[in-house]
Amino acid sequence: MFELLGIPPQALFGQLLLGLINGSFYALLSLGLAVIFGLLNIINFSHGAQYMMGAFVAWMLMTYAGINYWWALLLVPIIVGASGVVIERLMISRLYHLDHLYGLLLTFGLALIIQGLFRNRFGVSGLPYAIPAELTGAQNLGFMFLPNYRGWVVVASVVVCFGTWFAIERTRLGACLRAATENPTLVGAFGINVPRMITLTYGFGVGLAAFAGVLAAPIYSVNPNMGADLIIVVFAVVVIGGMGSILGAIVTGFGLGIVEGLTKVFYPEGSAVVIFVIMALVLLVKPAGLFGRTA
Amino acid sequence: MKLKTLALAALATTLMAGSAMAQTAIKIGVLNDRSGTYADLSGEGSVVAARMAVEDFGAADKGIDVEIVSADHQNKPDVASNIARQWYDQDGVDVIVDVPTSSAALAVNEINREKGKIFLNSGAASTDLTGTACAPGTIHWTYDTYALANGTGKAMVDAGYKDWFFLTADYAFGHSLEENTTKVVTESGGTVVGSVRHPFPGTDFSSFLLQAQSSGADVIGLANAGGDTVNSIKQASEFGITQSGQALAGLLIFITDVHALGLETAQGLVLTEAFYWDLNDDTRAWSERFSAEMGGSKPTMVHAGVYSSVLHYLNAVEATGGKDTEALMAWMKENPSEDPVMGTGTVRADGRHMHDMYLFQVKTPAESTGPWDYYKLLATIPAEEAFRPLEEGGCPLVE
Repeated sequence: MFELLGIPPQALFGQLLLGLINGSFYALLSLGLAVIFGLLNIINFSHGAQYMMGAFVAWMLMTYAGINYWWALLLVPIIVGASGVVIERLMISRLYHLDHLYGLLLTFGLALIIQGLFRNRFGVSGLPYAIPAELTGAQNLGFMFLPNYRGWVVVASVVVCFGTWFAIERTRLGACLRAATENPTLVGAFGINVPRMITLTYGFGVGLAAFAGVLAAPIYSVNPNMGADLIIVVFAVVVIGGMGSILGAIVTGFGLGIVEGLTKVFYPEGSAVVIFVIMALVLLVKPAGLFGRTA
Repeated sequence: MKLKTLALAALATTLMAGSAMAQTAIKIGVLNDRSGTYADLSGEGSVVAARMAVEDFGAADKGIDVEIVSADHQNKPDVASNIARQWYDQDGVDVIVDVPTSSAALAVNEINREKGKIFLNSGAASTDLTGTACAPGTIHWTYDTYALANGTGKAMVDAGYKDWFFLTADYAFGHSLEENTTKVVTESGGTVVGSVRHPFPGTDFSSFLLQAQSSGADVIGLANAGGDTVNSIKQASEFGITQSGQALAGLLIFITDVHALGLETAQGLVLTEAFYWDLNDDTRAWSERFSAEMGGSKPTMVHAGVYSSVLHYLNAVEATGGKDTEALMAWMKENPSEDPVMGTGTVRADGRHMHDMYLFQVKTPAESTGPWDYYKLLATIPAEEAFRPLEEGGCPLVE
């Protein structure tokens, strides 16, 4: 049997696929961050906490109200997104005229508070959330055993990512949004309510994080630290892709998932840092990120 | 006349001794993980356990003034060192207890040695604490990687799981546990076919699990703990690893982990613990009190160890009438520990607390009668068999 880089091809395909699955989460989360940064110029550090809230709200809907996974997938982004709208209206909207740093500090503080509250209420060991009955079981692909749920995660993530990219880059609504960030006064003069559009954009970005949270609930344990563990990596993904670049966030999200997956095979000890090494290299060579535009 | 003087003198001495005792103020520092992956198995529960020990000892009636402080070391050795230093240098802490996360515990152990204080470790697992790194003021109370490896590792090999693959958390504890288990496995006639080290803490273990699967081993040894173990077990079941005949050996599983996994996923796991709430009437009564203060959760063996070690320490303070480290350590090593939670035990010259360990199996959902009814007892491992023999540790205190 032939081998690629000292590893049987079967094992390699398996690892590539696993990388793609993790990349789905990176892509969904970095997409939300990129949308918020690209259109609002806010570095949303509470993104990880909002992802965690997504998983918890799904768990609460199931435990307290008996609402199943599929409804949660629809309702949770709306509920958590609405909480984002409230945060934007009450707090973030007061910071637009200030330096980026203030938005970062505010959202970072919010993340700590939200995580603290959940930790206090639910502890850190995590809560079980079952995989929906329709997606239990697995497919034997020959080179690996793919759980149906993981396959679903990739599909759902690709569809949502593409939909978002399409809406922002290819529709009239997206054009208005992009115009509003370039020149809010002019767009406002055309009769478009710019502040409301910005608020809804933040809500949408937060909703994306919550959606990722619901997807993650059945496979990772639902615990208050789940977002904090992930958010730093996701920020690195956004920086590599180019701050604010929608396509960059999606492509690097999936790409880095695969790179990380391969590192886990060739040098497992390095898998926690490989993304940051790439980030450092990209910043040295192309400071605006792979898909970013230099201002 | 002479008799009267003598009686008076005796009375005066007693009074003086009494007042000296009344001046004894003890400050206990509970240092552990209060927010991260080990917060449920140690955390606030350890503070509650320490407080229960102070109450049961009756410190107030004995004229010993005990204060308990706590801090979060975030599982980081540097943070743990800083807190330990501040506690000893500025805050007047006399004894540090708990300290899970081996790397953090080893760091605190060194500061403790330097300051000549007492360190009662319950939460950490590394055998180095009573081996090459053993210190005159350190007692390793509850469990260690040798005991875990010896209990679970041996039981699995005896049950026919000969070929092992390790999934190891990449820090002091994981390495130590892997090393100890490898030794037990090979000595019992098994072999180790491979291992992979994962970053700590991790979230996705599927990649490592697939490597373990393709190794063709009979059993995957999980040399990790807390959330890492929970996620590894969940994902092994998701990727059909357990269903395809490969077994999992959780080398360090706490009851809080089983609670988080749910019996559906955790059933059948074999594990080694120093304590289970449902062992006898005493442990049940104590655990009931603990639960009442902890919102219903049952104590882990780390909590039990904190209670037991603090009680033994306070007995030593009462007996020696002071806070002199050397005198206290001598007393604690000479006298057996005795409490309703961990039963009878002794402290060995290298600082190892010796007590029985238990081999449990996680019940199936059908066998369990309700929340926290999780274990059935497979075997009691006598202290002398459970822990590493004194002469094998390489502790410089043992001549």
